[in-house]
Amino acid sequence: MSRFGNLGHRLYQGEVSFDFVGRRKLWYSISGAIVLLAAIGLAMGLHLGIEFKGGSVYTVTKPGLTVSQAQDSANKITHDSTALVQKTDKGAIKIQVSSEDKIPASTFIQELSTDLKVPANQINAQVVGPSWGHEISQKALLGLVIFMVLVTVYLAIAFEWRMAVAALVALIHDLLITIGVYALVGFEVTPGTVIGFLTILGYSLYDTVVVFDTVKENTRGITKQNKRTYSEAANAGLNQTLVRSINTTVVALLPVAALLFIGGGLLGAGTLNDISLALFIGLTAGAYSSICVATPLFAQLKEQQPEMKALAKRVAQRRAAEAKAAAEAPQDAEADGGDDDLPAGMVGQRNQPVSRSRSKGRPSGKH
Amino acid sequence: MATPKSRPRDGYPGRALALILVVTVGLVALMFGTGHTTPRLGIDLAGGTSITLTAKSDDPKAINKANMDTAVAIIQKRVNGMGVSEAEVQTQGNNTIIVNIPNGGDRQAAIDQVGTTAKLYFRPVLALAPTGVKATTPSASPSSSAGSGASPSASATGGASATPSSSASKAGRAVTDALKADPTASASASTAPSGSAAPSAAPSAAATPTTPADISAALTQGTVPAELQQQFAALDCSDQTKRLDYQTDAAKNTVACSYDGEQGIWYKFALGPVAVQGSDVSKAQAIIDTQRGAGWQVDLSFDDTGSKAFAATTGKLATQASPANQFAIVLDGKVVSHPYVSQSITGGSATISGSFSQTEAKGLANVLSYGALPLTFEQSDVSTVSAQLGGDQLQAGLIAGAIGLLLVVIYSLVYYRGLGLVSIAGLIVSAALTYAIMCLLGAGIGFALNLPAVCGAIVAIGITADSFIVYFERIRDEVREGAPLRPAVQRAWPRARRTILVSDFVSFLCAAVLYLVSVGKVQGFAFTLGLTTLLDIVVIFLFTKPLITLLARRKFFADGHKWSGLDPERLGARPPIRGSRRRTPATAAAKEA
Repeated sequence: MSRFGNLGHRLYQGEVSFDFVGRRKLWYSISGAIVLLAAIGLAMGLHLGIEFKGGSVYTVTKPGLTVSQAQDSANKITHDSTALVQKTDKGAIKIQVSSEDKIPASTFIQELSTDLKVPANQINAQVVGPSWGHEISQKALLGLVIFMVLVTVYLAIAFEWRMAVAALVALIHDLLITIGVYALVGFEVTPGTVIGFLTILGYSLYDTVVVFDTVKENTRGITKQNKRTYSEAANAGLNQTLVRSINTTVVALLPVAALLFIGGGLLGAGTLNDISLALFIGLTAGAYSSICVATPLFAQLKEQQPEMKALAKRVAQRRAAEAKAAAEAPQDAEADGGDDDLPAGMVGQRNQPVSRSRSKGRPSGKH
Repeated sequence: MATPKSRPRDGYPGRALALILVVTVGLVALMFGTGHTTPRLGIDLAGGTSITLTAKSDDPKAINKANMDTAVAIIQKRVNGMGVSEAEVQTQGNNTIIVNIPNGGDRQAAIDQVGTTAKLYFRPVLALAPTGVKATTPSASPSSSAGSGASPSASATGGASATPSSSASKAGRAVTDALKADPTASASASTAPSGSAAPSAAPSAAATPTTPADISAALTQGTVPAELQQQFAALDCSDQTKRLDYQTDAAKNTVACSYDGEQGIWYKFALGPVAVQGSDVSKAQAIIDTQRGAGWQVDLSFDDTGSKAFAATTGKLATQASPANQFAIVLDGKVVSHPYVSQSITGGSATISGSFSQTEAKGLANVLSYGALPLTFEQSDVSTVSAQLGGDQLQAGLIAGAIGLLLVVIYSLVYYRGLGLVSIAGLIVSAALTYAIMCLLGAGIGFALNLPAVCGAIVAIGITADSFIVYFERIRDEVREGAPLRPAVQRAWPRARRTILVSDFVSFLCAAVLYLVSVGKVQGFAFTLGLTTLLDIVVIFLFTKPLITLLARRKFFADGHKWSGLDPERLGARPPIRGSRRRTPATAAAKEA
């Protein structure tokens, strides 16, 4: 842990720095590939739970009951073999009957209970109308749209419109990835999953907002100097909050993971599992997107501003002048061998006395 | 941070701490004091049946709040009429009604009953008789109310004590009860046994040997049509299982039950074919008649079809002798009211008056309106959870929560050392507040903890801990800059505060939107998320920040002890005077932790 703690410090000081913003093409292609995969998955269709198709689920818990026994009795009741019988982790038997069978739940429970010799009140049943899932999804979608509009307005006011756009793109990216994973892996989509999807909204943005906050701080008064371009400053901010982002994500994921692996493990599939699985995927995607998608995109948008373009020009001029000066004067012997061929956009000025920290993090008596 | 000169630079953290501790202790004490030491559990955790009904209508305007409320009142009556105690019926969103029936009630009957379209008919009364005046032991069913010597029949042996009627729900929720007495206008003789009891041909010997002899057969008024005689004689409305909807065909005669709240007796009726459909009622409302001092009454108006039918029927009824001059308003097979008619009522509007109380009048108006509701309800989701499964789910949720909490605690301790203790204390305060508020809300607004809500609470652990991390990292940044701890704590606060507020606002916005647009499970989840987000802000402002301010004054932290999590050396703080040590940017590959 000490090395990690130390890393935090080195990141903060800019001694170690990952070039997130400069490598945006890499991130965009990774994200693009994942989103494309997700889209393919979606095209194949989602595995919708009973709530979305309509039908009924009966859960019977009886020691020694086998799937085939349950299947036999279910077939007897439905007079065909359409009932889907599964064993859950806890030794319970789940029988799914589609709504086309038109057998009232009461009848089904009665017959099951006599056939399998289980008291009727020990049989859990869920009967869902075919339009219920549609209803839930519609409401969820409505919530999603309202939330996106509101949050965009809010972020545009609290930060600026470019941040709002970048955050929104990251958010949609997270949702797409999560839904795509569901489609590809074939996890069942239930109302619980929908809840999970919706929660990702808040969380994904939470992460992004924490990062943006630092970026905003780091780039204050950026146009008053000519040492760093906007992207570089943003990247420095990103590196400073890297540990924070990692920590907040890990801490948020821990309880979710507990829910997923422990709650789910104890119970077999259930609402707990549905919610936590969607959250787990979404949070992971959210952590990645706040660093690798939202911030680079935001920096890119910022760089379009005339004053930022002018800044980039000035920085380039200055560096060219410095390079010329360095070529004339003998190279500083202490320079790292490894950074002669640094890519453009690398943070940290070489052969510069430290002056970065003058205006950073030291409020000059403003508070 | 405009601080008056007189204050110490870091304010008075003790006051804020005292405040939140007093509030927390107060809430917990209130929780124990009122005896609500556990949250109310939802159906999925406590076991029971939950039915979700979605309103459907050809006319989109018909799905409005007033209609939904009427429907809720009716469904509530139905469910409670079945003797299910503590059933909850509530609207959610704009077109959904959720009915929660705890374990114990007749779940199947409830599922069958709830949400079927109301069948409201006006039928002429042919005959009526009190029932339940019989020798029987008081039954345990909460809704069977035996007659308590109401009828003058002397042979009422052992009139059992009247048990409370079903509508007295244990939880003390107000239940509209239109199944009250039929206030026949101006004390009509409808309920008093007239001396000229028609010599009914009903065999007074009990038709069904299983039930005790019903001696009330002798008190029949009016003429029971031949085809109904046997059924009428056998019908014992005081027996809950017999109070069914016997209306098989609108064009045929039928029998029905009615409860007379004033006398506490069930009456049975023989009724003629449907004269007017309830859907022909265009409007019904309870009004108070101040002019004639008649008290509360119900005004109803009919549409064209209804007006014609009603005029014809009332014209016919007005000429009859009691009880055949009455028409029964039948809802779901029960006679809700049976006013008598003294003249033909034309013009499409009528007034039902009697000695109504406000509640009764409103209830009757509700019933009549519901007949006119162009709504049908579809059972979207019916789920039954056994107590066993509910308990298992709760247990799994709690175990997962505890382990999640433990993991977060371990992580904070390892990474933040001494500061980790602060976050643990904060989490404990958050947990205590959340728990106490949930318990109190359960008692106060009927908030029921369901499985998604438990999930929300567990997810919230992360959100709460995140706020601490944002603040701690800010402090550490300041320490890295070389600031001494006390100023660092003060300087870090405004920025951490902004980040926390903005991100919590986003979370809260998410929860609020979800709460408003969603129904059922999602709503429970959103509620918890919103609540915990608010508490997160409260805890960080009133607890964590003051606590850190206090701790910063302590030597252990101020000197940056290596277990404090604020060791300047470990954080790589530079001395305040900037050294001109040249830093070399390392490439990404240089250090992979």
